[in-house]
Amino acid sequence: MSAAEEAIAEGHEAVEAVPKRAMTLGTGTSLVVLAALLVVPMFVKNFIIFQMTMLLIYGLAVLALNILTGGSGQFSLGQSAFYAVGAYTSAVLMEHANINYALTIPVSAVICFGFGYLFGKPALRLSGIYLALATFALATAMPQLLKLNFLEHWTGGVQGLVVTKPDAPFGLPMSQDMWLYYFTLAVTVAIYIFSVNLLRSRSGRAFMAIRDNEIAASSMGVNVALYKTLAFGVSAGITGVAGSLGAIAVQFVAPDSYTITLAISLFLGMVVGGVGWLPGSFVGAAFIIFVPNMAESISKGLSGAVFGVLLFLVIYLVPHGARQVAIFGQQLVGKLRKN
Amino acid sequence: MELFTNQVLAGIATGAIYACMALAVVMIYQAIDHLNFAQGEMAMFSTFISWQLMQWGVSYWAAFLMTLAFSFVAGIAIERILFKPLAKAPVLTNVAGFIALFAIINSSAGLIWDFTIKQYPTPFGSAPFLGSQLISTHQAGMIGVTVALLLALYFFFQYTRIGLAMRAAASVPESARLVGINTSWMIALGWGMATAIGSIAGMLIAPVVFLEPNMMGGVLIYGFAAAVLGGLSSPFGAVVGGFLVGVFENLAGTYIPGVGNELKLPIALALIVSVLVVKPAGLFGRQIVKRV
Amino acid sequence: MTPLLNVKDLRAYYGQVQALHGLSFSLNEGSLTTLLGANGAGKTTTLRAICNMVRSTGGVEFEGKPLNNRSTESIVRFGIAHVPQGRGTFTNMTVEENLQLGAITRKDSAGIVSDIERMYAHFPVLKQRHTQQAGTLSGGEQQMLAVARALMLRPRLMLLDEPSFGLAPLVVRDLFGILGKINREDKVSILVVEQNAQLALELADQAYVIETGRIVMSGNAKDIANNEEIRKSYLGY
Repeated sequence: MSAAEEAIAEGHEAVEAVPKRAMTLGTGTSLVVLAALLVVPMFVKNFIIFQMTMLLIYGLAVLALNILTGGSGQFSLGQSAFYAVGAYTSAVLMEHANINYALTIPVSAVICFGFGYLFGKPALRLSGIYLALATFALATAMPQLLKLNFLEHWTGGVQGLVVTKPDAPFGLPMSQDMWLYYFTLAVTVAIYIFSVNLLRSRSGRAFMAIRDNEIAASSMGVNVALYKTLAFGVSAGITGVAGSLGAIAVQFVAPDSYTITLAISLFLGMVVGGVGWLPGSFVGAAFIIFVPNMAESISKGLSGAVFGVLLFLVIYLVPHGARQVAIFGQQLVGKLRKN
Repeated sequence: MELFTNQVLAGIATGAIYACMALAVVMIYQAIDHLNFAQGEMAMFSTFISWQLMQWGVSYWAAFLMTLAFSFVAGIAIERILFKPLAKAPVLTNVAGFIALFAIINSSAGLIWDFTIKQYPTPFGSAPFLGSQLISTHQAGMIGVTVALLLALYFFFQYTRIGLAMRAAASVPESARLVGINTSWMIALGWGMATAIGSIAGMLIAPVVFLEPNMMGGVLIYGFAAAVLGGLSSPFGAVVGGFLVGVFENLAGTYIPGVGNELKLPIALALIVSVLVVKPAGLFGRQIVKRV
Repeated sequence: MTPLLNVKDLRAYYGQVQALHGLSFSLNEGSLTTLLGANGAGKTTTLRAICNMVRSTGGVEFEGKPLNNRSTESIVRFGIAHVPQGRGTFTNMTVEENLQLGAITRKDSAGIVSDIERMYAHFPVLKQRHTQQAGTLSGGEQQMLAVARALMLRPRLMLLDEPSFGLAPLVVRDLFGILGKINREDKVSILVVEQNAQLALELADQAYVIETGRIVMSGNAKDIANNEEIRKSYLGY
């Protein structure tokens, strides 16, 4: 028995226990962040607004992975597949059926929830590295499936589909980018609040009990199979919403936008943000959006290497991700208040 | 029927590639308990080193041995410098470290040797093996080397003190320290050995897939799959897993309609996952009884 | 005479929690000393601190040489064998491999072979099962294996953490008999941590009682065993 198997056998899971209170921000901090997110777009250029939109979208996708991994202790490299299903659902409904973009989002959520839930069923038998491999298979299969000939009429095959960007409704005097930003922000806030409450609820406690010790959880009467598949479903559903929003923001879907690289990026976002800390998802999203660009600007030929070095720096400085910075900041504020 | 036998043979030939990589995967998994996502890139870089040596006029076998030594040292150095500081960090942080290492090696190799594909020599020649068109002498040589490597590893782990110490360090680190084993160095040694085995895999694979910085992407995935299929705790299982994956992949490509090259990988993986659903510890892995 | 092991003002910590509060005791060459105390008193922590397996401060000296700031694996090379709680069996290796691992720091292969035979003489059941996976042994057999593995080091000092834990009374008697024999015949000094105070006091010549991380009582094992007041207030029998 290797040490890893030993560790698993002894119930030390790969994910550290994060108490549920520590998974979120305080109300005050949350309101300040929300105010900033509401005000900033009024003073910046359209391109920056677009990037902020993408940050929220990737933030949602990382959050979804965080619920799965940080919440229920299951690991997935297949998030790009759920993201793709969400994106294509919106694109196909909008372009082929002329359905309003906003209405496609709940449809995506439901379809992806179902997909995730069904995928979670066989995945129940797998854990750790085996689950990683299974989800990885899903991620590599997805772009190929989207290219299949008999789906080409709807998916546009390798070419993909162009998605029309929506105008602001009710004659509101704002650019398409700005409208989409506020729309995305509204969806993000709603999902964030839903997620926080989910993790604080009975189901959230069940997730965490499973994460910390599956056997003990089942002996306490937690329906392990149900909650594990449910975690997959919820995670996939949220990822699907992110995918829908992403398709609308980028105005384009194509199979090769949703490869394993996307899934790996989301994983890195989760680690950088702090596994199990929901607000960190958005910090992680900022990392995966901006750091590759930064690396590119430092050195074109060696951008991958620069990215790798930056990533190493981050994990050396804060092996527990942005959560560690937040805890440190909290302690600092606490000390200052005392003095 | 002949088509079937031929496809199985061809599968065994490609399977040798996966088997070789899977051995390296199991090796590092035994030492450090993680799958090293950068392992393929490390093998690729080693292969480039040997190629460069040959470009400078070094003979094949001299370059082979020098690369082996280089890889062994480089593996130890990478562990000591990059991953030892992460020993106490969470597992997923370590995985992020492997991805960072992947990016660094891939991009550096691209800058040094560029992304054009290069011919790589084989010491075994490439004539048909025993008159079969499906399996060349190179592939036969590769199978031979893989089997020899497996035997050597078996001997090392079963009959040498250091092999015994490495196994002990991997299985119960605390007890290993209590009998006087320096477990931290055993991990470094594991990295060195895994890197050296990976370099052998790289040098054997390069004549088949050609040499370029992205040559190992697909191979590593199959290598992982093979190792997982065979059971991550068993070098023997890894090799069997490698051949099985090769055969799986070829038969799926031949007999399942509509499966082009593109869908071969997902189908092979799906098959492996189905096997794992039935046997979660792999075909030859040890089934672990969970305690609370 | 310098004591074989001298522990002075030992303090140990688990994270922020302090488990030992300045513990001092010593142990002479050839002695069989027992460390008694209730659950959570700090017995296991004391043994772990001697081998530097927990964060600790204070002085630990072996034959006058300081052990602090040395790694666990290098402390073993001084001739200190530690049988940890839960036995620390290499469960997926054979019984014989477990014994070989005990001697992994030794260079004399002939000596190792003869010592394995000696262990089989001490513990015949291990000989019967020498090719069996150690994880398949019963609790008592695994405890025998753990003691044998520790002896393979040819230790000067053996630290035993609750050897009686989870064993049937008859097996415990057997094991303690062997420990006494090893102490007398092989001149191995022994420090044994026990909850079963009665049994430990019968075996030992020296005893220390610890409570919440401090030594509260020390003396000749027989005197402590005969003092009803101490027995009642500290040892609960």
